[in-house]
Amino acid sequence: MTEVREAVPLEAVPRRSPPAVDVLELRKEFRRRDRKKGRFGRRRVPALDGVTFTIRRGECVAILGQNGSGKSTLVRLLSTLLLPDGGSATIFGHDVARESRAVRRLVNRVSVEASFFKKMSSSENLHYAARFYGMTPSETRVKIPEILTRVGFPADRRGEPMENLSRGMQQKVALARALLTSPVVLLLDEPTTGLDPRSKKEVQEFIREVRVEHDATILLCTHDLDEAEELAERVGILDRGRLLALEPADDLKHRYGAETLEDAFFAATGRGFEEEGDEDDDREVFA
Amino acid sequence: MRAMAMTLKHELIGLSGVVERNIYLTKRYIFWDVAFFVWTVANTLTIVFIAEGIVATGGEIDVEQVTTQLLIGAVVWAYLGIIFAFLMETVAWERWEGTIEYTFMAPLSRAMHLGGTGVFAVIYGLVRASLLFVVVALFFGLSMPDANFAAALVLLVIASVSFFGIGMMTSVLPLISPEKGAQLGFIAQGMLLVVSGVYYPVSVLPQWMQWLSTISPATYALRGIRASILDGAGLAWEDVWPLLVIGAVSIPLGLWVFHRGELYAKRHGKLKRSG
Repeated sequence: MTEVREAVPLEAVPRRSPPAVDVLELRKEFRRRDRKKGRFGRRRVPALDGVTFTIRRGECVAILGQNGSGKSTLVRLLSTLLLPDGGSATIFGHDVARESRAVRRLVNRVSVEASFFKKMSSSENLHYAARFYGMTPSETRVKIPEILTRVGFPADRRGEPMENLSRGMQQKVALARALLTSPVVLLLDEPTTGLDPRSKKEVQEFIREVRVEHDATILLCTHDLDEAEELAERVGILDRGRLLALEPADDLKHRYGAETLEDAFFAATGRGFEEEGDEDDDREVFA
Repeated sequence: MRAMAMTLKHELIGLSGVVERNIYLTKRYIFWDVAFFVWTVANTLTIVFIAEGIVATGGEIDVEQVTTQLLIGAVVWAYLGIIFAFLMETVAWERWEGTIEYTFMAPLSRAMHLGGTGVFAVIYGLVRASLLFVVVALFFGLSMPDANFAAALVLLVIASVSFFGIGMMTSVLPLISPEKGAQLGFIAQGMLLVVSGVYYPVSVLPQWMQWLSTISPATYALRGIRASILDGAGLAWEDVWPLLVIGAVSIPLGLWVFHRGELYAKRHGKLKRSG
């Protein structure tokens, strides 16, 4: 097993440090067109409505929620890609809005879409991305082949444009990009959605491996109930911007008198996991 | 001190990453670049032929001089277009590919991020503009025996600092309007050149436009480059100092405008709209 470069050495984060992720009464609203108020009518749609939770260093927490529940908004706020409208969020004590540079050194993210320059190869995409984190050409020449091998990316396809690769392959490169920078906190936003069962298993196995070997703290937003139960120590239910519960999967089932996580989700939200109302669609917030 | 040196090293490596990415992209799209170059040559010819047209319709002018004057205007126009297009693509292209969020969440200062784009744009723009100049000059058989090309090139590089500052201000437009922002940048390019005497002396402009020309870096670039190529003049301080002043103002102003645009995009979720 190859070593991943320590862009931010874990030793630099004291053991007796603040929680890895500390979110307090976090709020985010978006202004959306209001069809009832005519052409220029706008309304405020709460994407996150007073969300509070903490994640310990090295813990894996999964957040379940339907489309429009605010999962991606939460990930984007923690990634410094959105500014909150209220409340606060810190990563190892660094405020995501006020100390964004410090936060960016600690986090990385894998989202449902593996976003790359599609004409460029996986190797080229990783090389330039690594520079943004201060990695020199001599470092990336060694590390990139290593990490691509580690995620199971075939060596003979490293020079191929990304547009020729399957979604599963692209997602592996996305994981490689996130891990290349050795994030202390890894934000995974539906990393296995749309993947075939084999690719899904491989990605899940890799997430498990990274957690054990790299001591990373993981926030996993997912649609996949089994994935949440298998990978996470605690599971949260996010519904219409509100975090209804966050506890170990068994406690969650016990609390709602449910046999499965899906039943617990139904009991907590009053609707099925796959069921989406017009209201979810209308929210038009980040899924 | 050591921490500062490390930070600076990381920032410069980040800047080189932006340059590296643009090299990869240019390699991957090289045939498109060739096609656009052909278009630029054709466009330049339509302008430069005006000098021959004036003579054909009975006008009395020094064809070689007017042809060269028009050619310089067209080349500066093309050069400015390249600088603005690259800076505009900093946001527009990345937003299209979906990589903008990954770039914006990297621990790289915006100055270095945009600086990397600017460095590549200037190098690439200089190569393209020089090629364009040579091809069209050969086409018309222009001799230019007294031309001081080195002085012209140095002045264009100095002017590029100001062009880059103004380009940063326009590159924020696709953040505010993802659909139409990029086109608005070309309006800025046109406005800049129209008051700067791109194909004519500034003295023919209305007074209010002449006043505007004094704050446009293109005015001094065009004046100095024409003097160097047509009369063989060296670098003139009266062209250099305004460019340095405009550059010193436009760079921090450009960064500030981009920062405000970035905050707006992060407040309203404009970096990516869904997914």
